[in-house]
Amino acid sequence: MKKIQLIVSLLFVSVVNAQSLTDGQLRGSIEIDAQTYRHDSLIGAPAVPEKMGLNSFAQLDYTNGKISAGIRYEAYENALQGYDARYNGQGIANKYLRFADSTIDVTVGDFYEQFGSGLILRSYWQYQLGVDNSIDGVRLKYNICKGISVKGVIGHQRYYWGEGAGIVRGVDGEINLNELIPHWDTIKTKIILGGSFVSNYQVPDNTTYNVPGNVGATAGRISINNGGFSFYSEYAYKINDPSVVNNYIYKPGQAFLLRTGYSTKGFSFSVSGESMDNMSFKSDRTATKNDLDINYLPTLPRDETYQLAQIYPYATQPNGEMGVDAELRYTLPKESVLGGKYGTELDAEVSAINALDTTNLNDLNTNRLGYSVNYFGVNSEIYFNNTTIELKHKFSPKFRMILQYVDEAYNKDVIQQEVGYQIVHCNIGIFDGYYRIASSNTLHFEFQELLTKQDQGNWAFGMAEMNFGSNWFAGLLDEYNYGNPIANQQIHYYTITGGYTKNALRVSLGYGKTRSGILCVGGVCRQIPASDGFSLSLTESF
Amino acid sequence: MKKIIFLLFLLASVNVFAQGMKNSKVPTVQVKTMDGSAFSTSKFSNNGKPIIIDFWATWCKPCIAELDAISDNYAQWQKETGVKIITISVDDARTMAKVAPFFKEKGWLYESYLDPNQDFQHAMQVMTCPYVFIIDGNGQIVWMHTSYMEGDEDKLYDALKKVAKK
Repeated sequence: MKKIQLIVSLLFVSVVNAQSLTDGQLRGSIEIDAQTYRHDSLIGAPAVPEKMGLNSFAQLDYTNGKISAGIRYEAYENALQGYDARYNGQGIANKYLRFADSTIDVTVGDFYEQFGSGLILRSYWQYQLGVDNSIDGVRLKYNICKGISVKGVIGHQRYYWGEGAGIVRGVDGEINLNELIPHWDTIKTKIILGGSFVSNYQVPDNTTYNVPGNVGATAGRISINNGGFSFYSEYAYKINDPSVVNNYIYKPGQAFLLRTGYSTKGFSFSVSGESMDNMSFKSDRTATKNDLDINYLPTLPRDETYQLAQIYPYATQPNGEMGVDAELRYTLPKESVLGGKYGTELDAEVSAINALDTTNLNDLNTNRLGYSVNYFGVNSEIYFNNTTIELKHKFSPKFRMILQYVDEAYNKDVIQQEVGYQIVHCNIGIFDGYYRIASSNTLHFEFQELLTKQDQGNWAFGMAEMNFGSNWFAGLLDEYNYGNPIANQQIHYYTITGGYTKNALRVSLGYGKTRSGILCVGGVCRQIPASDGFSLSLTESF
Repeated sequence: MKKIIFLLFLLASVNVFAQGMKNSKVPTVQVKTMDGSAFSTSKFSNNGKPIIIDFWATWCKPCIAELDAISDNYAQWQKETGVKIITISVDDARTMAKVAPFFKEKGWLYESYLDPNQDFQHAMQVMTCPYVFIIDGNGQIVWMHTSYMEGDEDKLYDALKKVAKK
C-alpha cells in the first residue's frame, strides 16, 4: 500500500515536472462544512465534548494531454455529528495516475467505477452521505473495436482511513450493436448488451462457519431505445455469501431490474419494477451499514426534495424487497383553458415496495439457506407506499408555484430497524411559490404540512428565502412538530441562513436547530442527530 | 504533517506552471448519450461559437427551474450569440432511466448526455448542481457558476454576450 502511494506520488511529481508544462491544466475544488454544537436535551442534541465539528476536502487534478493525476486531501476535525467517527483525522484519501487515449484508459491508484446499473459493482463518492467506497488498485478500459469495449478492475476498497480486507476483481464487457454491425448505425432502434463478473476474495477466517473465500457475482443487461420508447433490464446473481448482514446464511442472491417508458413532447410515462434478494455484497463479510459496499441496489421511489416529505424516506432493503413504480408527466399546453398562458405541468408518481414472498426453511442448524422465495408471489407486508401528485403553474413572468400532495405508508420498524412503530401513514401538502420582485430579487416561500396520527404526529413547515442583488441571499425557516403527542416535544426547529454566491464560490452561514432525521441520496441513507448551533459551508472550485 | 508539507509543495510547484479551470480546455472523459452509447467530451463542438454546459438532475428543482428559464429564451440566445447548450445529467443508476422521458416531455431543445459514473463531474470539479459553464469559441472554459436563484439566467446571458462578442 505504502509502495503504491510512493510510486503514485513520484509519478505525479514527474508528470508535473515533465516537459510540456505550460500545456498542463490544474483544476481543483475545496469544500468546508463546519458546525458548532450546543447540548439540548429537549430536542435530543447530544453534548459534544469538542463543541464543534468540521468536514472538508481539497481535490487537485492535473491534466497534461493523455496523462492526468490527482489527489484529494480530507480533514475531519472531528467529523460532523452523524458521520462515522472513524473518519476523524486528516490525510490524503485519494490519489491516482491515469493514462487515457481513444482506445486505452489505465488508472493506477484510487478510482470510481460502475458496471451497468451497479447491481454487482459500483464504487462511488458521496461526500454528503460520507460514502466513499473507491477502489485502490488498477483499472483498465479498452475499446477492442468500434462497438465493443471491455473494462477490468482490481483492488481494495476504501474503509475510512484504511482499506477493506477483500480483494475486489471485476470485468465488464459492452456491445453496442448499432456501432458494431455495418449499416446498423442508421437504424432507429438502438441496442446495447452488457455483461459483467465480479469476485471478492477474503481469507475464510470465520471460526463458526465454513465461509467461501471467493464470492463471485455475475450480471447481464440489455438496453433498447427507439425514439420515444425505452427499455432497460438487468439481472444479477451472486453465489452464497454468508455475512453479518444476512446472518451468515448460504442462500445465493439475486436481483432483477426493469425500466421501460414512452415519451413525447408534453407527455411521458415510465414504469419500473425490481426484485432484490439477499444482494448485500461487501468486500468484508463482517462489514455493516454503508461500509465496503461493492455493489449498489438502486431503489425505486422518488428522492423527495421538500423538507417534510423527507421525514420518512425510503432506504433500499438489501436482504430483500420487491417493488414497482409508475410515473406520468403531462403538460397542459400553453394558451389552453387549463394550461393558462404559460402551460401547466402535471406529475403523478406511484411506488409500492413490499417484502419478498418468502418461506422460512428453519434450517439454521443444518443447511443455513434461511428461506425460499416465490418470485411470482406478493408478500402483503408493506415496506413503503408513496403516491405523489405535483402541479406546476406559472401565472405570470413574476409569479410561479408548485403544489404537491403526498400520501405515504412507511414501515418504520423495517426501514429504521426500530420496534413497535409498524407502518406510519401520513399525508403531506406542499405549496412552493416564487415571486420575482425585480430582476435579481426573488422571494421564495414554502408552506408544508404533514398529517399523521402515529409516531411524532403532525408537522408544519414555513420558509421564506430571498436573493438580494446578484450575489447575496438570506432565508428563515421553521419546522414545527405541533402534533407531537408529548407536550414538551411540540418544538419549533427554526433556522436562519445567509450567504454569498459568486461564480464557483458559495458560502453560507446558518444558525438554528435541526431535528434528528435521515438523509438519503439514491436510497442510501445516514442518520442525522438533532443539533443546535451555527453552521458554515463553503465550496469553491478553480 | 509530512503529508501537508508534501501537498503544499505540490500545490506550489504545480501552480507555477499550470493554470486553473478558467481558460483551460474541457477535460476529455467519456459520457453517455441518451440511448446509452459512449461519447467523448472532446467531441463537444459548435463551429467556433460558444457552448453552455449545464449540470442538472431530474430530482433537482433549481436545476429544472434554470433549464426552464433558459428554454424560454433559448431561440433568442441562439439568434444573438449562436450558443449551443449541452446538458449533463448527474442522475445515477436509480433515476437515469427517467432522464430521457423527462427531457422529451419537457420539449427542451438542448443537446443532452448522461454522466452516471460521475467522471465528467469529477473532472469539471462539480460537487453540487446546478452548475453552469460557458465555453468560448476556442473551446476554453471562460465562466462558471454554481447554484441557481431566480434571475441567475440574466447573469448567464450577460456573460454569454460578452463571450460571443470576443
